[in-house]
Amino acid sequence: MNKIIRFLPLILVIALGVVLYRGLSLNPQDMPSALVGKTMPEFALSILKDGNKTVSKTDLSGDIVLLNVWATWCPTCKYEHPYLVDIAKNPQVTLYGLNYKDDREAAQEWLTHYKDPYQFSIFDEEGTLGLDLGVFGAPETFVIDHHGVIRKRFAGAIDTRVWRKEFEPLIKQLIAEKEQGK
Amino acid sequence: MLMRLFLPIVLIFTLSFAADLAQASPVDTFEFKDEVTKVRFQALSKELRCPKCQNQNLADSNSPIAADLRKELYDLLQQGKADSEIVDFMVDRYGEFVLYRPRVSSVTYILWFGPALLILIGVIVVIVILRKKPASKENLALNTAQQEKLKKLLADSADTGSSSAPSSVEKE
Repeated sequence: MNKIIRFLPLILVIALGVVLYRGLSLNPQDMPSALVGKTMPEFALSILKDGNKTVSKTDLSGDIVLLNVWATWCPTCKYEHPYLVDIAKNPQVTLYGLNYKDDREAAQEWLTHYKDPYQFSIFDEEGTLGLDLGVFGAPETFVIDHHGVIRKRFAGAIDTRVWRKEFEPLIKQLIAEKEQGK
Repeated sequence: MLMRLFLPIVLIFTLSFAADLAQASPVDTFEFKDEVTKVRFQALSKELRCPKCQNQNLADSNSPIAADLRKELYDLLQQGKADSEIVDFMVDRYGEFVLYRPRVSSVTYILWFGPALLILIGVIVVIVILRKKPASKENLALNTAQQEKLKKLLADSADTGSSSAPSSVEKE
């Protein structure tokens, strides 16, 4: 018993070391969204390509909706864009854009220049929908299921690796849920 | 001579430019309806954390999202929302993370009660150690057999010690 007590400080220091070392490899930006498990917030905003056409959340149709927050001022969005063009070809998901705090003309030009992967982009100049979604930067991508419930929020750029690791398992799960009639 | 004339002018220009730079730092110019709202705004923007720059509060941060949230905070205050409603509004969107003083919940028990628990453990350890001491003092008291032995030893050393005692005095 006495021997164990003698080694107790060493054991505690090692345990503390393990905890702190683990902390080094965690990404502090990787935060759970407050909206996961909640329904998509209501909105009424114009679409990027036509300032007179207003859309709301019922216009985000599709079994599995991806809502990608992007802007022309965001360099990471440029990196992500080719992958989004690829994802748009995937029949399992429907991709919509949320053009966040951007300039309409610049954003339209961006889409003609780099191809438009989105069914449509919501034009959120003031960032009001962004605020309701808890967006604090771009790019961010939300996964919304067939009930209109937000199931995932991913902050950062999507590429092949991220898609495989973060999105594919969830999409499989959502498809299975739909088949089970949940 | 020309230099002497120009120097003050150059100085004035550089100083006014520096002053411009100082003004260029993003300070919001909100007009509050009363002094209380202003104080509440300042308190809340210190309590709420910027989601992007995680070690700064809304009042400190220059990031665009912090500016947006300060604006939102101002709007909510002007609408007459209560502090708790505003905090709920932020938490609904950005999660518990935005609170510098997290709420007491099962997730944050360790944060709130961990330090008290550690102090309690420390106090218990100290008490246990202190309690042990009197117990060892009892053992120090000699029983009759030991006392007999001690007397004997003292008597012996009194005989031999008498010769060694002066030597120690000499040393001094």
